[in-house]
Parts: sequence; structure tokens; C-alpha cells
Amino acid sequence: MAEMIPIKERMQRDQVQMPEQDPQIRGHNFNEVPTGYTKEMAIYEAQRCLQCTPPKCVEGCPAEVRITEFIQKIVEEDFAGSYFEILKTNNLPAVCGRVCPQETQCCETCVLNKKGKPIAIGRLERFVSDWARENGVHEKLPEIKKKGKTVAVIGAGPAGLVCAADLQKMGYDVTIFEAFHASGGVLVYGIPEFRLPKEIVRYEAGEIEKLGVKFETDFVAGKTKSIPDMAKEFNAMFIAIGAGAPRFMEIPGENLAMVYSANEFLTRSNLMKAYRFPEYDTPIKIGRKVCTIGAGNVSMDSARTALRLGAEVSHIVYRRSRKEAPARIEEIAHAEEEGVVLNFLTLPIKVLGDYETGEVTGMECIKMELGEPDESGRRRPIPVEGTNFIIEADMVIDSIGTLANPIVPRSAAALGVEINKWGYFVFDEETMQTTREGIFCGGDIARGAATVILAVGDGKKAARGIDKYLSSGNSLKESLNK
Amino acid sequence: MYKIVEREVLVPNIVHIKVEAPYVAQAAQPGQFVILRVDEQGERFPMSLADWDREKGTINIAFFVLGTSTMKLAALKEGDSILDCVGPLGNPTEIENYGNVLLACGCFGIGPTIKLAEALKEKGNKIISVMEARSKAYLFWQDRLRDVSDEFHVVVGDSSYGKKEWTNDFIQEYLRAGNKVDIIFAHGCPFMMMECSKASKPFGVKTIVSLTTIMVDGTGMCGSCRITVGEETKFACVDGPEFDGHEVDWDNLIMRQRRYIPQEYRSFSLWERDNWHKIMDVALYEKEKLLMMQQG
Ligand SMILES: Cc1cc2nc3c(=O)[nH]c(=O)nc-3n(C[C@H](O)[C@H](O)[C@H](O)COP(=O)(O)OP(=O)(O)OC[C@H]3O[C@@H](n4cnc5c(N)ncnc54)[C@H](O)[C@@H]3O)c2cc1C
Ligand SMILES: Cc1cc2nc3c(=O)[nH]c(=O)nc-3n(C[C@H](O)[C@H](O)[C@H](O)COP(=O)(O)OP(=O)(O)OC[C@H]3O[C@@H](n4cnc5c(N)ncnc54)[C@H](O)[C@@H]3O)c2cc1C
Ligand code: SF4
Ligand code: FES
Repeated sequence: MAEMIPIKERMQRDQVQMPEQDPQIRGHNFNEVPTGYTKEMAIYEAQRCLQCTPPKCVEGCPAEVRITEFIQKIVEEDFAGSYFEILKTNNLPAVCGRVCPQETQCCETCVLNKKGKPIAIGRLERFVSDWARENGVHEKLPEIKKKGKTVAVIGAGPAGLVCAADLQKMGYDVTIFEAFHASGGVLVYGIPEFRLPKEIVRYEAGEIEKLGVKFETDFVAGKTKSIPDMAKEFNAMFIAIGAGAPRFMEIPGENLAMVYSANEFLTRSNLMKAYRFPEYDTPIKIGRKVCTIGAGNVSMDSARTALRLGAEVSHIVYRRSRKEAPARIEEIAHAEEEGVVLNFLTLPIKVLGDYETGEVTGMECIKMELGEPDESGRRRPIPVEGTNFIIEADMVIDSIGTLANPIVPRSAAALGVEINKWGYFVFDEETMQTTREGIFCGGDIARGAATVILAVGDGKKAARGIDKYLSSGNSLKESLNK
Repeated sequence: MYKIVEREVLVPNIVHIKVEAPYVAQAAQPGQFVILRVDEQGERFPMSLADWDREKGTINIAFFVLGTSTMKLAALKEGDSILDCVGPLGNPTEIENYGNVLLACGCFGIGPTIKLAEALKEKGNKIISVMEARSKAYLFWQDRLRDVSDEFHVVVGDSSYGKKEWTNDFIQEYLRAGNKVDIIFAHGCPFMMMECSKASKPFGVKTIVSLTTIMVDGTGMCGSCRITVGEETKFACVDGPEFDGHEVDWDNLIMRQRRYIPQEYRSFSLWERDNWHKIMDVALYEKEKLLMMQQG
């Protein structure tokens, strides 16, 4: 066990920096950028924690991770014990430790943040779960008493996986239905290898499978089977299909062959492994000068993937200013270090190119300035007349957000599941139940594109909601077969 | 894993397989397709449903052997399995009583057209069908289509079967001769469907085509399959695959269809170099099977 150090010294220590691959080198490979804490680094960082009661950090965590407990176990050098503490509330620790925006969650509320030195909670979470994976440490669960009731989970993204794990641990028999051939949702098809190795997603989904959850991949709910037909076979249902339908700018030239949606570009590269073409069959095209429209996490991922696939120049074009950019600060910093060029206050109005060959030659843009705040509270960007200019580009990636995919909502409508004007489900914040009893929802299809941890939080909340629904003797299939 | 229970070479470039896929078979409707992935390195690619058997839980696919993915598929024997098969995807054809329906088909469009003819016939439509092939030796399933048609025609692109003619020539002559046609369905390669649409346009006969754009997920998540119809962008996988052929921007479609040609060549030449023996293997296997059958 490492030593407990006096409070004063804890306050004096600085945050342990995360070792990273050099930007010059990593810009050309798909290996993970931050390489992770060593044992010594983790202990040194964990020792800084003040072990507050009640802990402020936990208030900022949608998955209510037992932060003080797991950090204390690191200090005690009981890494397995630390891992089990995390697993009590979160079945995707290696994922969350990597992709959660801790700076606006646990690290924001951490008391040490007042001095600008919050505990690096995510990095510690990552260290512990990586250690467990590398050392083959598995959760030992008490004998689960079966309840003899079944739940269908639609979508194997973070919301679906976590909800399934929680329900299975409570004694329900859960089947996950997933449209793709692999589980993980955005974690496997969206977020690139260099931020979240797919091996890790596969491992954590595999651990959930070991709990006894059944996986039906290659199953598009609403197509392979209708939602009403599926509902007739289960006692309850949880829908977590994400919000994966790409939006386009709707400007001229967007259907040229060298214009991609970020979803297509990233799915080809990540899920289909086009970055290893021709070893893998799925092709991908890459321009020499790539222009990505948008400044969210997805845009940063696209621009950085483009560099790794061989683009010489990778631009980001965003109509608002740096302050409004929705991407995590860390991701913008990583992109800039690798050489991504950020163009703020710039609105694309036309993609230029050859309609015969499909090639792109450039993008016409107009400069913007910030006006009065709009309904989102951000200052509204207004075009400045006469400032049109052309950015040279031979490939454009549209990354301006996603919408709800209507396949499931349309099929579920027959059961009285309502959607709002953006196509997302209407639901009860307390239980995550939709407007139809026995059908619950969560993640991006409930909130619009959000974050992994909010999806995890929803999955947990829905599991409790479903447990309550079923414990009171209700049943979806019975209510339908009546 | 989805097991191949039957396999036959229909004509020199088209292979027909029957695959165990109970969920798909249960839900399949005319006009729909599946997405396949042959092996771990494979790409996801769409195939129309040429037939299905709900009781046996099998689906049928007839495919044109073109590049890496279809070659990999052609190299599988009976008893081998396909890694992924997902569907049925896309919107089913709207089956109504239209009156006189002209069905134009060729190549891999023949199987799906037979299913469509059955469904339309049941609704009381008069079925006029026309099948095309580049030459007589490339025709297949004529009897099956003839059986469900009120009028049945064959056209071939050389002189091996009477007059040299394609489906679009047939449509033009048929309409010019004053025959009443309420709607046309065309299913085949993009070029054939484009020509059919062009042929029917002057006569104002609505022509539905089944588009074969490049797809990844097949569920509306990527936009790879997008095309211009009228002035709008549509996703072929979820808004289609059937569209009004007179509204489709064919130039845009064909341009987007050709997006990966250099990569496809490279992929195929590498695959072929290492795997050509697999094709020989299947040929030998089929020959032996035939011999065994002949010997009883
Ligand atoms: C490129 C990218 C980078 C991101 N980076 C971050 C980040 O750094 N940090 C962060 O917190 N968040 C990030 N996000 C957002 C985060 O990934 C999502 O908010 C989160 O994954 C939502 O989880 P979910 O379970 O609701 O849905 P998803 O992850 O979208 O999963 C939904 C699943 O449902 C399946 N599905 C859909 N329709 C059907 C159907 N009809 N039948 C069966 N299955 C179906 C899908 O195939 C998918 O597997 C990023 C998103 C993207 C696209
Ligand atoms: C809805 C739909 C139904 C189809 N039904 C059939 C069918 O029943 N029988 C049949 O033989 N073919 C069908 N196709 C076409 C078939 O998908 C392509 O021929 C096949 O993907 C070619 O792959 P390849 O690797 O063998 O050839 P490649 O050498 O990779 O490609 C040859 C050409 O096929 C097209 N293509 C390539 N990849 C894809 C892809 N992922 N998705 C779609 N097109 C692609 C491109 O135009 C390309 O230039 C259908 C396509 C669609 C969209
Ligand atoms: S708020 Fe910060 S210092 Fe306090 S327990 Fe949480 S991580 Fe430790
Ligand atoms: S194939 Fe991806 S949206 Fe149609």
C-alpha cells in the first residue's frame, strides 16, 4: 500500500500529465494518442485526492461512479478492488475513461478544480480498467436469482449495453438487437481507433455478454421484425438506437462523388477498417486537401482521420467562433497539434467541382460575424456581404450533426410511442418510459446527439424504471396479447 | 453465420444461391434487399431478394460476378457460410391494382421481377413482361417468368434470338404501337433502367426503377447511397430503392456509382492473385457433384 500523504502536500502537488504520442508521429498512425498512466503515475495522482465527504465530483457524474472509493483503492494499490468499485455503477469504464468530457463533469465539480488542479478522474478510471483487462481480472458476481422475465434492448450502443448489463444483473433475461454486425454503436463506427481502440469496446461488450446477455446482430428492428411484433415477445423493451442519420448542408455540389458525410467517412474507416485497405475490402477515398464542415467532436475526428489517411492539408470550417465550437477543448487542441487548420466564422455556400467525374475543386465560403444571441444563447453568426472566397479542396466532409433515424419510430408509432418535432422520443425523465407503457428509451434517441456518459446514465435509469415496471406485475406482451 | 444450402451457376456470369436466413425470409416483401458481408475483411454490399421460403427459412439471391465481393461470394460452396446477412431492407414495392403493368428485367433483376409479377398478378393486374440478355446463352428463368405473365417477351442484344434489341427498344415500340400500359417496373443494371426510363418518358408512362447505389449500412446512417431525385437528395436504402425513373438524375447516379473504380481494380487484382484456385475448387466440386448425380 502506498503512503497516505498529508492534506497540505496533496494540495501542493500538480496534476500528473498524460503521456502522449508525439504529434509529428501520431498524425500518421492510428495508434492511441494518449498512452496511459503507469502504475506509479496513477498512485501519485490518486494520492492527491482529498476524499471529500460528500464527494463533489460524484455530483458531476451521470453514472454516479464511486469516485472516492475507487481512487482510495488505487492508493492502497488494490487495483482489482478499485476496478470492482467502478463496475458497481459503470460497465464501460475503459470507454468512459477515454471519451467522457470530464472537464464539464466530475473534474468540473471536483473541489480541487477551484485551484485549476482537479483530480484526473478519467485517466485514473482508464488506468484501473486497462490494468484489469491486461491482467485478466473479472468481476465475480454473486449467484443471480432469475426473475423469469424477458427484456428486449434495441441498439448495442452505450445506452443499450449498460441497460442490458444492469437488467441482467438484476435477474432479467435480456436480448440485445443490433443492426450492425458489431456492438458498440458510435463507439465502434464513429469514434476513431486513435481515440478509442476497438479492441477495448469489444472487450467491454464481451464482459457484458458473459453476464448472460444475448446478442442478436444483423437485426434491424422495424425491418427484420416490426416493433409491435417484437413487443409481443417480451415483458419490456428498451429502445436506444442513437441518432445516426447524417445531416447535409443542402448547398449546391453536395452530391459530388468527393463529398462525404462524416458518418460515411468514419464508418468506412473505423467499423469497416478502410484504413487498412486493401487488406480489408472496403474502399475509402482521400483528398490531398480535405475540408471538414463543423467543429464538434465528430468534425475533429474526421479532420484527424483525414490526416492519418494521407491528406496533406486538413481544414475545419465553422460558422461560429472558437468559443462556440462544441468539441471538447482537448480534442480541438489535439487536432491543432497535429496540423488541422481551423477556420472560424466561415460559412460554406457551395461545393465546386466537376459534375462529370465527381471531383471536387474547392469550396466557396463567406465570412461571418457574431450578432445578437440566438435561442441557444450563443451569438448568432451573420454573413458579411462581399466577403466570398474560395478554399482550395479536393474533398469535403459534411459534419454538421445528425438526426433521428425514423425506421424504429415509424414502426413503434403503431403502439402509441410518440416523438417530438425533431423525431426524438417523448419520455418521462424519472423512469425513461416512452408514451407507451412498457417501452422505455434512452441515449441519443431520447436527447438528440449527446454524450456517451449521458447515454450510460439513461441506460441505468431505464433499467431501474423497467425493474419498477416489471416488479409491479406489469408486462408489455401481456398488455398486447390481451 | 448464414449457411448456403444451394448454389448453381445460372449463366456464365450469374450465380444463384439459397441461404439460410430465417428472419429475413419471414419478413421479405417484393422490392426489398439484404446487405451481406462475406468474411471478416469483407465489405458490406446489397443484394436484391430473388425469392424466399418462409417455412424453410431460406432466401435466394442471384448475383452478377463483378469484383472482390461478388467473387468471394461466388467462391463459396454449398455448406459454406456467409458471415453477415441483414434485412430485409428498403421499402417494399407498392402492390396495387394498376391495370396493365409492363415489367422490364435483365441480369440480376430477373429474380426480383418474378416475385413482383406474382404479387401484382394476385392483385388482378395484367402482366406484360420483357426479359433481356446480351445473348441467348445468358437467358435464365424464362419459364418462371412466362408462367406468371399474361404476355411474355424476350429480347437479346445480338442476333442469337431473332432481332437484335434491348428492353428500351421494346418499350418504345410497344408504346408506339398504341398498347395501353399503366405503369412500368424496370429492374436490372443502372444503364438498362436509365434507357427504359428514357424510352417511356415521351409517352408519359410512369416508370419505377430499383436503384443500385453504393451502400454501407443500408439503414439511412451514412448517406453513401444518396442520389438526386427531382431536385431533392434521397437515400436509396431508406427512401427507395425504388424511385420514379423520370425524376432520377441519372448522370449524378452513374457518377456516384463510379466513385471507387481504381480501388475496386486494385482490391480485385490482389484478391485474384491469391485466391483464383478457390474458383477452380468450386468448379471441380460442382463437376463432381454432377457426376455423382448422373451415376445415381
Ligand atoms: C465521431 C463521434 C465522436 C464522438 N465523440 C464523443 C466523445 O468523445 N465523448 C462523448 O461523450 N461522446 C462522443 N460522441 C457522442 C456519443 O458517441 C453518443 O452520444 C453515444 O454513443 C450515444 O449512445 P447511444 O447508445 O444512444 O447510441 P449509439 O452509440 O448511436 O448506438 C445506437 C446503436 O443502435 C443501433 N441501431 C440503430 N437503429 C437500429 C435498429 N433499427 N435496429 C437495431 N439496432 C439499431 C446502431 O447500429 C447503434 O449500434 C461522439 C459521436 C460521434 C459520432
Ligand atoms: C439495392 C441494391 C440491390 C442490388 N441487388 C443486386 C443483385 O440482386 N444482384 C447483383 O448481382 N447485384 C446487385 N446489386 C449490385 C451489387 O451490390 C454490386 O454489384 C456489388 O456490390 C459489387 O461488388 P464487388 O466487390 O463484386 O464489385 P466491385 O468491383 O467492388 O464494384 C463494381 C461496381 O459495383 C458497385 N458497387 C461496389 N460496391 C458496392 C456496394 N457496397 N454497394 C452497392 N454497389 C456497389 C459499384 O458501382 C462498382 O463500380 C444491388 C445493389 C443495390 C444497391
Ligand atoms: S471532489 Fe475531487 S478531491 Fe474531492 S473526492 Fe472527488 S476527486 Fe477527490
Ligand atoms: S447505405 Fe448508408 S444511408 Fe443508405
